[in-house]
Order: sequence, then C-alpha cells, then structure tokens
Amino acid sequence: MRHILSILVENEAGALSRVAGLFSARGYNIESLTVAPTEDATLSRMTIVTSGSDEVIEQITKQVNKLVDIVKIVDLNEGKHVERELMLVKVRAVGKDRDELKRTADIFRARVIDLTEKTYVIELTGTGNKLDAFLEALDRSLILETVRTGACGLGRGEWIIKA
Amino acid sequence: MKLSDAPQQPATTESTELLSGAEIVCRALKAEGVEFLFGYPGGAVLVIYDEIYKQKSFSHILVRHEQAALHAADAYARATGKPGVALVTSGPGVTNAVTGIATAYMDSIPMVVITGQVPTHAIGQDAFQECDTVGITRPCVKHNFLVKDVADLAETIKKAFYIATTGRPGPVLVDIPKDVSAAKTLYHYPAAVEMRSYRPVTKGHSGQIKKAMQMLLGASRPMIYVGGGAVLGNASAQVTELVRLLGYPCTNTLMGLGAFPASDKQFVGMLGMLGTVEANMAMQNSDVLLAIGARFDDRVIGNPTHFAAGNPTRKIVHIDIDPSSISKRVKVDVPIVGDIKEVLTDLIAQLKAAEQKPDSKAIAAWWKQVEEWRSKDCLKYKTGGDIIKPQYVVEKLWEVTKGDAYVTSDVGQHQMWAAQYYRFDKPRRWINSGGLGTMGVGLPYAMGCKFAFPDADVACITGEGSIQMNIQELSTCKQYHLPIKVILLNNRYLGMVRQWQQFFHGDRHSESYMDALPNFKMLAESYGHVGMDIEKPADVEGALKDAFAMKDRLVFMNFITDQKENVFPMVPGGKGISEMILAEDL
Ligand SMILES: Cc1ncc(C[n+]2csc(CCOP(=O)(O)OP(=O)(O)O)c2C)c(N)n1
Ligand SMILES: [Mg+2]
Repeated sequence: MRHILSILVENEAGALSRVAGLFSARGYNIESLTVAPTEDATLSRMTIVTSGSDEVIEQITKQVNKLVDIVKIVDLNEGKHVERELMLVKVRAVGKDRDELKRTADIFRARVIDLTEKTYVIELTGTGNKLDAFLEALDRSLILETVRTGACGLGRGEWIIKA
Repeated sequence: MKLSDAPQQPATTESTELLSGAEIVCRALKAEGVEFLFGYPGGAVLVIYDEIYKQKSFSHILVRHEQAALHAADAYARATGKPGVALVTSGPGVTNAVTGIATAYMDSIPMVVITGQVPTHAIGQDAFQECDTVGITRPCVKHNFLVKDVADLAETIKKAFYIATTGRPGPVLVDIPKDVSAAKTLYHYPAAVEMRSYRPVTKGHSGQIKKAMQMLLGASRPMIYVGGGAVLGNASAQVTELVRLLGYPCTNTLMGLGAFPASDKQFVGMLGMLGTVEANMAMQNSDVLLAIGARFDDRVIGNPTHFAAGNPTRKIVHIDIDPSSISKRVKVDVPIVGDIKEVLTDLIAQLKAAEQKPDSKAIAAWWKQVEEWRSKDCLKYKTGGDIIKPQYVVEKLWEVTKGDAYVTSDVGQHQMWAAQYYRFDKPRRWINSGGLGTMGVGLPYAMGCKFAFPDADVACITGEGSIQMNIQELSTCKQYHLPIKVILLNNRYLGMVRQWQQFFHGDRHSESYMDALPNFKMLAESYGHVGMDIEKPADVEGALKDAFAMKDRLVFMNFITDQKENVFPMVPGGKGISEMILAEDL
C-alpha cells in the first residue's frame, strides 16, 4: 500500500543522504522525495512517498527514527491529510493546438506560465492522480518535457507535526 | 549551539583558554577518561599527533595496520564496557579502518573514531589522500560528523561519546580537517549534551512488563533466549536472577555467551546454526519465548517462515533497547522497548510480588523433554586417535585457564569450537565478531583485552587463514609487551568453507586449501615471541600449561589439528533450526 511519510530533520549537511542511503541500503522503495527548510530554519521537512506492507512501513518508520538527525517521522496515512504535488509541462504549442492546450489547461485549472511562439510551459498543482489525468488528457506527441516535485502533505485540522 | 553563542561558564576553568583543534581533541579525550588511543599517523593528523606527543593523560598505541587499531579499540570496549577510541589519517587510513568500523557497528560496540581530513579548502578537490569519509562510513556508523569549524569541535566530540555509549551503542566517527585541528578557539567542554533528535528510551512500559510477567507465569514450555544486548547492557546479573527465579531453560546466542553462566544447569548451550540440539529444539517447541537483547537473526533462527510456521501458537516477549529490532524478522506479541537492566529489574520485582507461581508440573514435564534432547550429547566428538582434535584443545584451554580467561577468536570453525567448548560463566569474556564475521579480528581483539586487563589471561583462538589477516600485529604485541597466548587450530584449510563445500557443494574444495603456510613457530620467534608446534594429543595439556606459565611472553601455539573435523550440530542455510545435522548422523 502507498504511504506518505512526513519527516522533520535537523537542517544539517548530509541529513538527506542519510535518509536516502537508508532506503537504498535496506531495499525500501522511494516513489518520491521532497525536502526544504521549514519556518524554523534549523529544521527541514521531508516528504517521502513509499509503498509496502504494514510490517515494511513499520520498519521504515523505526529505521528512519533511529537516524540521529531525525527529529520526528509521521505516517500521514494514519490520519486525515491533504497532499499536493506541483508539475510543470512544456508542450509544443503551434497552430490549432495552441487553443486546444489552453482549453485543457483551463479545465484542470492549470496555468500557462511561459510561452513562446512554439511552446507553452504549463503549471499544475494537485494530487498525483490529478497530475496523471492531466497528462492523459494531453496529446502525447505534444509533450516535450515534464517535471514533478513529488508529493508533500499536511495533516488536516488540529493535527500538527512539530519538533 | 556554536561556542560564540554559549553563555559564559565561569564554573569551568578551561573556558578562557585559547586552544588549537588538536589540543581540544586531547583535552576532550582526557575529559572522557580515555586510557588508550589506538591509532596510526599520517599527514592529515600530524597536528593532532604533535599534541599527543606533548600530553600524558592517555597512551597512544601504535598498531601496524589501521584495521587493527579499530579492532583493538573495539575489543577494549567489549571487554570493559567503556567506549573504544581510535585515530587514523585521511584517505587510506580511513579506508583501512572501514572493516573495523563495520565490525563494531554490526555488534553495536560503542566507539569513537577520529579521522583526519584534508583541509576544508581542499575538500572536494580530489586532494592528496582525500576521501569522502563521512560518505564511505555512513552506512556502518551509528552517526558521523564532519567538523568544519573549530568552534564546534569540543561539543561534537562530546556528542560523539554521548551517542556512541547511549541507546543501542555503536561507533561514531568525527572527521577533522587538518586546518580545523590547527585553528584555535576558546575551549569549553560541555558536561552534557541535549539533542532533540536523539533521546533513547530507557524505562520499559510497566503495562507491557506486566503482560510479559503474566505470559511467562502461564507458560508450560517456556524458553529464555539471551543475546548480546544483555552483555552490552550490563544486565547479566539481572538475567541470571530472572532465569533462576523462574527455573526455565536458558540459551545464549553467540554474542550473548557469558550473559547467563554456561556451567549452570539451566543453561542449554548456545543456539543457532551451530547450536546445541537442546537449545534449538527448546527454542522451536516453546510455547512462551522470552527474548532478551537478541534479534532473531538468520544465524540464530534460520528461516523465519519456518520458525513461525512450525509453531504458530508460540507467544513471544521481546525486550530490546532498539525499537527497530522488534518485529523485524519475527512478529512478537509483547514488545518491551527499554534498557534491559531496568526492564529486567522491574520484571523481577513484579514476579516476586506476584501471587501466581510458575506451573511446576508443566515445567517439570518440559524439563524432562529438554533433558531428553540434552541426552543426545550433541557436542560429543571422537577421541583417542593420534591427531589433535580441535575441540579437545579448547576444552583443555578451559581447564588450564580455569574458565577465567578473556577469549578472543577469529572467524571459522575454530570460532564455533571456542564458543561451544569454552564454557563462559561471565559476560565480556568472549570477544568475537558475530555480526560481520570478520576474519582477522582475533589478534587485535586480544591486544585490546590485554591493554584493558594486563593481569588477566588472554587467549586468541584462531585459524591459519584468519591469523594471517592481521599477523603483522605480532610486532605491536612485541612493542607493548603483550603476553597474549595465540591458540592456532591449524587445520590447513579454510575449514568453515571446506565444511560447507563438503556438505553442499559436492565436496569440491574450491580454493579452500591453505597452501604455502609459513613456519608459524619461526615466524613468532622472528617477532621476538615464543613459538610452539604441538602435534600430538598427549602434548596439548602440557604445552598449554607451559605457555600460560610464561606470564610475560607472548606464546604462539601452533596446534596441528584434524584436517577434516567438522562443526556439529549444523543447520543448513535456509532451513529451520530444528533441522540439524548431527555428527552421529554421518
Ligand atoms: C574477511 C573475511 N573473508 C572471508 C570470510 C569467509 N570465511 C568465513 S570462515 C572462513 C575460513 C576461515 O579459515 P581459518 O581461519 O583457517 O579457520 P577454520 O575455519 O579453518 O577454523 C572464511 C574464508 C570471512 N569471514 N571474513
Ligand atoms: Mg583453518
């Protein structure tokens, strides 16, 4: 099953490689990983999307927790949460495709954030599924490049993950 | 916290001194009560070595290969319970040390490893003797640090000792660039450190302890399985009290030997791939299993599916300091995370206060069954020929040293015979590489023990393959007058490999014959030690007595042993632990 793990880590050199190294050394899979500093400059927050049986996820959580730089790890699947991912797509936009692409983008509430005579860069935020759906909706042959951030998430309401 | 932000500490006299990074290293080691620093110099640590030269608070031990420095420090930690400390230079110094670090890591040994690094401005430039030390060692340390600012050095070393020795112990590495060891700063060594990201649990959950107690008292086929965690956690006295209080059978893992005395009637021997019939059968057939500081690893329970499926109703209580060891390979019913000594103290108190007592009828029936397994006498071996049996040498060693020596071993058949036939009654006497299984540890391990306990008997049981992996340390032993007794069980084979080839690879001895061996007696003599060749069973005891009577000499005893002897009982890889092959089956 897919799990989204939220990790607070000391904002120190090497912390990312410790976590990434742990996943590869123990053969856990990483679907996506995002990391950036938080409002507290001494802490970074990492979000890892992974999958595995309950036992595997329990081991992942324990092993990550054991790393000395890790302040906290929470499996967001344990409660209600929201998650979002950002995607940028560069498409070939010429002739009649230009309008068609714009219309599709509007339907998905995506925005064109760069345009030239022949290309658009489209920005879209949403769940992974929504991003996938958008790509499905596009004419494959028009897609030049895509880049995605991987998911990040927060617990809903009063569920607050702090150091 | 940077030193510059730290509040002034008028209580510490040292806080106003301007010291170099190298001086700080020496002061910090002094503050930690370090007795021995095992190391090897080189360019990146020259400044530190210069300060070592000027100080008197600890002794530096110059080994002949960095791997040995790590192993010696590791053994010092295993034998004393205090952290071992090693110092090596950058690049090749570090890469040579990696085997030693990984060995300590696999067995959770507290160590602080200080490594030199190229100057900060040269890092990343492929400088001479540069390597990514933090990167290379990351997977085999509990934690590591690269100190880029001398102002952080004292606190980092304090953290290193704190992390290495608390929770589940392990090696911690501090990498110090050359310019950092030369730069100066105000010295202040913190008395303690607090880390929000690292707070090991020590106290076990009392509700869980109660559940464990009830489960144990309700058992009719109980088994107590004690691992290295009980030794590391200094909980041997509590283990012994608990086992005797309950009256249940007890087994120790390879790493746990000595945690419960081997000469006790309740001890059923070591378990595992090369464990006794009674230990493995009791383990497999128990209805309640209490695991203490053990991790159900593959060499202990064999195939976890077989272990679980063969006895699906068995209940397991597992006490361990490391939450990630619990339910890793085998699902447990009552996990208790905490310091073993504290948890067992609580458990014993609850047991003593409980009205319920163990079911004496059921336990008596269970013991009857266990004794039946024990009566197979699975460690029996053929005697009477004119070839020295390796088991016999170990038994005689036990007699001659009155079971009271520090025994180190290398890796192979000799290691298993040492574990099976030297009956360890005390913890921290059996020093071996259980987790990584590193050939070459034996001699440097003996050095670490001898430095820690100069008046004790220290024996290194080794094979002719293993001893050659760090034989250069005979020179270190000469320099520091270490009267170790090397017990070489020379079978002219990489015996453990040959045994596996005999059973599982059509008896094809692919590259397992040790050809072109040196004359070990002369080799020992050329290093200034005493060498002995022992070829007849009748000479074994006398030779051992002679050797141990030479209190001030290292004696290298070359026992020419039975080439084709095998270790039994044996569980083939991937099988369950009740599927043993016995000597008598052949
Ligand atoms: C560094 C290292 N390399 C290889 C091995 C694999 N290995 C395990 S036991 C063994 C044979 C050891 O031979 P010896 O030291 O003569 O001991 P014996 O088994 O003959 O008693 C080998 C090669 C190992 N454990 N460690
Ligand atoms: Mg051999």
